[in-house]
Amino acid sequence: MKFGVVVFPGSNCDHDAFYALSFVLGQPVEFIWHQSENLANCDAVILPGGFAHGDYLRTGAIARFSPAMKSVEKFAKSGGLVLGICNGFQILLEAGLLPGAVMRNVGLRYICRHVHIRVENTDTPFTQAAKPGQILKIPIAHNDGNYTCDPQTLADLQKHRQIVFRYTNAEGVDDAAGNPNGSMNNIAGICNRERNVAGLMPHPERAVEAALDSEDGLVVFRSMVEAFVTSAKANV
Amino acid sequence: MATASAEIKVTPEIAAEHGLSASEYARVQQILGRDPNITELGIFSVMWSEHCSYKSSKVHLKRLPVHGKLVVQGPGENAGVVDIGDGLVAAFKIESHNHPSFVEPFQGATTGVGGILRDIFTMGARPIAVLDSLRFGPITADHSAPDVSAETIAKNRRILDGVIRGIANYGNSFGVPTIGGEVCFEPCYSQNPLVNALALGIAKKEDLFFAKARGTGNPVIYAGAKTGRDGIHGASLLASAEFTEESQQKRPNVQIGDPFVEKLLLEACLEAMATGAVVAIQDMGAAGLTCSTTEMASRGGTGIEIDLARVPQREMGMTPYEIMLSESQERMLLVAERGREGEVLEVFKKWGLDAVVVGEVTEGGLLRVKDHGQVVAEIPAHPLAEEGPVYQRPMARRARKKESAADYFDFAAENKNLTENFKRLLASPAISSKRWITEQYDTMVRTNTLAVPGAGDAAVVRIKGTKRALALATDGNGRWCQLNPRLGAMHAVAEAARNVACSGARPIAATNCLNFGSPEKPEAMWQFSEVIDGVAAACNELETPITGGNVSFYNETLGASIYPTPVIGILGVIDDATNVLKSGFRNAGDIILLLDGLSSSANSTAATASAHAADLACEFSSSEYSKTTAGIVAGQPPAIDLAAEKRLQQYLLALASSRSIQSAHDLSDGGLAVTLAECCFANAKSGAWMTLAHNPPAESILFGERGARAVISISPSELAGLLHLAREHGVAATEIGHVTGDGIFSIQYNGSVIIEESVAALRDIWEHSLERALKQ
Repeated sequence: MKFGVVVFPGSNCDHDAFYALSFVLGQPVEFIWHQSENLANCDAVILPGGFAHGDYLRTGAIARFSPAMKSVEKFAKSGGLVLGICNGFQILLEAGLLPGAVMRNVGLRYICRHVHIRVENTDTPFTQAAKPGQILKIPIAHNDGNYTCDPQTLADLQKHRQIVFRYTNAEGVDDAAGNPNGSMNNIAGICNRERNVAGLMPHPERAVEAALDSEDGLVVFRSMVEAFVTSAKANV
Repeated sequence: MATASAEIKVTPEIAAEHGLSASEYARVQQILGRDPNITELGIFSVMWSEHCSYKSSKVHLKRLPVHGKLVVQGPGENAGVVDIGDGLVAAFKIESHNHPSFVEPFQGATTGVGGILRDIFTMGARPIAVLDSLRFGPITADHSAPDVSAETIAKNRRILDGVIRGIANYGNSFGVPTIGGEVCFEPCYSQNPLVNALALGIAKKEDLFFAKARGTGNPVIYAGAKTGRDGIHGASLLASAEFTEESQQKRPNVQIGDPFVEKLLLEACLEAMATGAVVAIQDMGAAGLTCSTTEMASRGGTGIEIDLARVPQREMGMTPYEIMLSESQERMLLVAERGREGEVLEVFKKWGLDAVVVGEVTEGGLLRVKDHGQVVAEIPAHPLAEEGPVYQRPMARRARKKESAADYFDFAAENKNLTENFKRLLASPAISSKRWITEQYDTMVRTNTLAVPGAGDAAVVRIKGTKRALALATDGNGRWCQLNPRLGAMHAVAEAARNVACSGARPIAATNCLNFGSPEKPEAMWQFSEVIDGVAAACNELETPITGGNVSFYNETLGASIYPTPVIGILGVIDDATNVLKSGFRNAGDIILLLDGLSSSANSTAATASAHAADLACEFSSSEYSKTTAGIVAGQPPAIDLAAEKRLQQYLLALASSRSIQSAHDLSDGGLAVTLAECCFANAKSGAWMTLAHNPPAESILFGERGARAVISISPSELAGLLHLAREHGVAATEIGHVTGDGIFSIQYNGSVIIEESVAALRDIWEHSLERALKQ
């Protein structure tokens, strides 16, 4: 399975995603320059974390107009797997590939620390290798992760089981202390209705080795590989 | 002075306004063989400012040890470079941004981080870690600082908040983990906070770049952000005079940082270097275009000619004076191989950055500046860079009032509740967890961080593609240096090295940031000289040569100086990254050992006991506990034995590489009790039971800060082997207790309980005090 990691000016977790996929998971990976509309025949696209275009104006607001994003939109519409991590999630929201928006964190400060998230749905290509309700210890690192949307959108997200990850406390219980940024409904990550596009604020690529204090993020990438293999078999 | 034009006729008065003394101005005339024009005067004034020329410190800096078998590049380049094995080198340096951070905390701190990052990637090294060593005035009202007004406390909090946000803003966006450093509080920093930023980068040894212009006719390229009027005389002048009440009006002199452009500049520079078409490169920091052109030419033994009309400009109508002196951030000057400049320009274009050929390398050693073809400045580069004034400033030992026993901490005072005092100590801003600050920094980007802030005594980053990791720690106790500059400086080196050793790393090199008052005051110069001797002695003994750093003078406001504050950064190497040590206790039942490099200290005889008691009070009066609980700051820092420090460090390294211990944490601020508590805080269920037996007062055992000591925890089966190894290393290893699983922190002294409290309660105080104080 070949992954493409899009590099926007200001992306700074592009190398981390590359490392996790290639050195830890052993999958082929290629960087895709934001000016390029060629997705290099990738089977899945990662929009990495960072501060694309400095996050000036609004997070993701400029990056969504990149030539590469035109191709990513087409790729997503045709069913390709797209995962947005942190700034990548923000770009997906701006591009309209996922519903809702993020605001500044409650407390108005950047927060970097390990948090706990619960896998709410395992019937997505990003979580199918996880156990239902599995608690993952994964770091966050952002200024703007306070997810919000209108009541109808929230109802739709719930109805169509698009809420993929929720913040919890260490024991896996929903509580205000487990929610680091004020996010509505403790939402940490969502997918689209077709389930092939997902975004989350926590950084699974930072939790892929015991030396980094957690390997829990691997399940996200393993799920993607598994989903790809299954669908490839189905197409044979 | 700010709006100067070519028509202004330079007079000795204008020279004086530029900070040049009569003799310095005479020297300018002598070098030029004529009077300078206003642009040339501006160039001389910034190059010969204290900040850029080191004119007061040079004669003393010569005494620092700068050689070592691993040193690839010592002081004099953009950063120091050491060999770390596997064909790799580490570039690292610490620099101050104190004055701008007082005038405008957010921008002062961002540009401090930005400047030091550029120093690293200018060498061809990719930055992999940043540490910040910060000093602020008190942020809480307590009786260790009774004279500090509520207004000052509020102001100190605003400064702290701005500095933290500034550091976070820059490093987080740039994409480098900010993983350590220290934050200290003393009243002397209220009017003059210290913001020292350290950056570390790595490169392949053969890929290093230097700032030496070579090859007549090679094009000189300006790359990065456009030049504006911001920061004219920023670092160079702001940091070369003390503060007065009008200093806030210098806000326009502070530079503005843009981390996004810096990130693009990093990637573009590394990519341009990889083309093989770059001959030399230097960032534009203090004194901007002036310093970069002059130093590149001087180091290369060449001349440089540029035309300012080609410099990308942010504003209309800038004069040559303004363009040459602007300290706009995120700019680089490169020399490319003639005929291959297109390759370099292409890379910058790809990253959306301005890059233009502004001139060329010339023969004859002249810095020639043109504006639309017309010469506006012509100065011999080498004399400008290297033959500036050098002063042997007068020195005078600081007069101290004679202290008596009444000035010292009173061990015998009645009605002390040691558990309560211990809690106060844990709650003090100096001792309490800095989690609230470090969580605002991205500590994990690049996925190399093996020890996040607070997890171990040093920050540790692995090097992907090798088995190795690098450890870094900074230290500098201003209060101790005020009491005894030489001894305090030795402690700064020893503690930073001890921290590195406690993480399992072998200390190999040092960088220093020397923060002092006005060099025109004999007392400050005496402190400076003493500190240099102290740093030199410790670096020699511990074999950590100084590879670079910076001197920051004029840290005074309205005549009141800061404590002399040398901040030392020590770099260490861990050959096998899986051997990294952390400070937290791990398993119930593990034995707790106190290590002491001064193995004979326990054997003080009864005959010396009374003399010893007087020394003890003198030494204890400089401790954090004395300051926090009794409001006493007096006496002397603890005596130091560098050989004992070295023995301890070597023993710790032997333990780390044999993988026979569970945790290691050094003794420093707050002494043994604080160290033991911090060891318990890492693990939710950890408790500890300790028993101490000694003649001296309990407080001196619990809270004394003598160096060369550490606490380790080990599995009981390792005890015999470790004790044997300790004897071989000449280190005393004393069993003082064991790790429990009951969550109780309990210390017995001579058979009775003197401190007992739940770890959860202690942790709550330690972890949240800073946040609570700031939210008051």
